[in-house]
Amino acid sequence: MAGHSTYHFKNPVVRWFDSRLPLISLVREQLHEFPTPKNLNYWWTFGGIAAICLVVQLVSGIVLAMHYTPHVDMAFNSVEHIMRDVNYGWFLRYLHANGASFFFIAVYIHIFRGLYYGSYKAPREILWMLGVLILLAMMATAFMGYVLPWGQMSFWGATVITNLFSAIPIVGPTIVEWLWGGFAVGNPTLNRFFSLHYLLPFVIFAIVVLHVWALHVPGNNNPTGVEVKTGKDTLPFHPYYTIKDLFAIVVFMLFFLGFVFYAPNMLGHPDNYIPANPMVTPAHIVPEWYFLPFYAILRAIPDKLGGVLAMFASIGVLFILPWLDTSKVRSATFRPLYKQFFWVLVLVCVGLTYLGGKPAEGGYVIAARILTGYYFLHFLVILPLLGLFETPKPLPASISESVLKKGGGGKPAEAAAAPESRG
Amino acid sequence: MSEPTRRDFLYIATAAVGVVGTAAAVWPFVDQMNPDASVQALASIEVNLDAIEEGSAITVLWRGKPVFIRHRTQKEIDEARAVPLDDLPDQNSENANLPAGTPATDENRAEKPEWLVMIGVCTHLGCVPLGQQGDFGGWFCPCHGSHYDTAGRIRKGPAPRNLDVPQYTFLSDTAIRIG
Repeated sequence: MAGHSTYHFKNPVVRWFDSRLPLISLVREQLHEFPTPKNLNYWWTFGGIAAICLVVQLVSGIVLAMHYTPHVDMAFNSVEHIMRDVNYGWFLRYLHANGASFFFIAVYIHIFRGLYYGSYKAPREILWMLGVLILLAMMATAFMGYVLPWGQMSFWGATVITNLFSAIPIVGPTIVEWLWGGFAVGNPTLNRFFSLHYLLPFVIFAIVVLHVWALHVPGNNNPTGVEVKTGKDTLPFHPYYTIKDLFAIVVFMLFFLGFVFYAPNMLGHPDNYIPANPMVTPAHIVPEWYFLPFYAILRAIPDKLGGVLAMFASIGVLFILPWLDTSKVRSATFRPLYKQFFWVLVLVCVGLTYLGGKPAEGGYVIAARILTGYYFLHFLVILPLLGLFETPKPLPASISESVLKKGGGGKPAEAAAAPESRG
Repeated sequence: MSEPTRRDFLYIATAAVGVVGTAAAVWPFVDQMNPDASVQALASIEVNLDAIEEGSAITVLWRGKPVFIRHRTQKEIDEARAVPLDDLPDQNSENANLPAGTPATDENRAEKPEWLVMIGVCTHLGCVPLGQQGDFGGWFCPCHGSHYDTAGRIRKGPAPRNLDVPQYTFLSDTAIRIG
C-alpha cells in the first residue's frame, strides 16, 4: 500500500483525526481513488461477490448460534426449533445453508477466472496462494458446519472425513481419536466442531484482508494480462467499480435468494432430515455438491492412503501453480492452446463433480480414474510444457490500446495507430 | 571461528527455556481434545447371547461404535476356513485378544467358531458394513465398496485391514464382556 496520503482534508476535525490515525486516507486511497484497469469484465466481480457471501454467512451464522444447541441429544431438535419456532428462523437457516453453496459458486468462478486470465503469475503469487488458503479454510468451515444439524449425512460425513486422517501411517488412529475426543464421532466431536465452525470464518476474514492487501500492491490483473502502464489504462475504483460490483451483487442475489425462497432444500440431501444414528450408515453417502470433485478423486484411487494423498494433492497443486505454468503470457485470450486446455479442465472438473455424486462402482470408477489422471496431467505436465511449445498471439501494447481497438468499431487500424490521441 | 561468548550462551539458554516453556504451556490445550475420563469410563459392556439364533446377528453399541455379534452357521465357518491365507490382502488376524501379527486364519478371528465378534466399522473410512452381502457372503460396505468374507476379513475394495476384533471374554457359554 502507498505511504502517507498527500491529500489535504478541508475539514479540520477530519484532518486532526487522519493525521493521528490515517483511516480516512486509507479508505480514500484503497477504495475510492484506487487505480483499477478500465477493461475489467464481469468475471472480475466475483471477488466482491464472494466477500459479500462471507459477510452474509458471518451475520446469519452469529444469529443462528443464539438458538442452536451443540449437544448430540439436542442439536437436531434445536435446528427444527429454529425452523419452526424462532422468528424468521426458517429464513436465517435457509440463508446460511444456501449461502454456503453460493459462497462456493462465487469462489469457484473467481478461481477459474484467475486460471483463465493467468492472475496467479508474477507478481501475484502470494495473492493467489492466500486465495488457495482461503479455499482450504472455507472447506474446513463448511464441513464442520454441515455436521452441526446432526442428521444422518452430518454424522456419516463427519465419520468418513475424520477417518481420512487414519490413513496416516503409525500415528493416524491416535490423531483420529484426538479429533473425535472419543472412540467414535460423538458429543465431544460435535461440541468442538461448533467451536471451530464459529472461529474459522473470522480466520477467513483475516486472510481475506491479507488477500486484498496483496491485491492492492501490484493492482488488478485484467483481461489482456498486460500490466497497467499509464494512468490512461485505469479508472478510479469508485464510482466505476463500486457500481459495477454492486450491479453484479444484485444479480447474484436474485439467484441466491431465488434458491432461499423457492428451492431451499434443492442443494441439500434429504437424509440429513433423519436424526444421526451411529448404528446405520445411509446406503449412499455423498458430501455437499461443492466437495464432490474432491470426493471423486478420493474414491478413484483404490488405495486408502493414496486416495487421501491424491485428494489433498488436488488442492496442493494449486499452491505451486505459479511455478508450474512456464508461459510468460498471462491471459488465455492470447494463448490459443492454453485456452483449449482450460476449457477441457473445466469440463473435467464438472465431470468429477458428477462422478463424485454417483456410487463408486463399475464405469463410474473407471471414468473417475481417467478424469483424476487428467486433472493432475493438466497441472503437472501440460502447463509446464505448454509454455515452451505454444506460440502466443501478439499482445496489445497497452490496456488502453486494446480497449480503443475494440471500441473503435469500423476503424480499428486508425485507433491502434494513434492510441494516445484518444481519451 | 571465534570463541563463544557469554552472550552466545545466554542467547541459546534463553531460547531453549523459551521453547520448553512454550511447549509445556501448549500441551494442555492440545491434550484437552483427547478422549476424556467420562468417555474412557464407558469402556466395557456385557452382552447376553441367549437370544441370538444360528444364522442371525445383533449389533450392540460399544464406545460409540457398533459391534457385530454373529452366530455363524456351519456353512459360513466352513467357507471361512477353506480360504487359503495367500488370498487375503490383510494376513494379520487384527484380533485384540491375540498378540499382534498372528495370521488371519478363521481360528484366530473367532475364539469359539460359532461366535464372530467384531467392530462393525469399515477399516476404510468408518462406515457400518451391511451383513450377508457382497461377493464373499460376509459384509459389504456401501460407502466405497469394500467386501468382507464370513470371518470379517477384507477380500476386495479399498479397505486396508480386516474388521477389528475387540477385546472380549466369555463370562459363560451365553454371555460375553466386550472391552
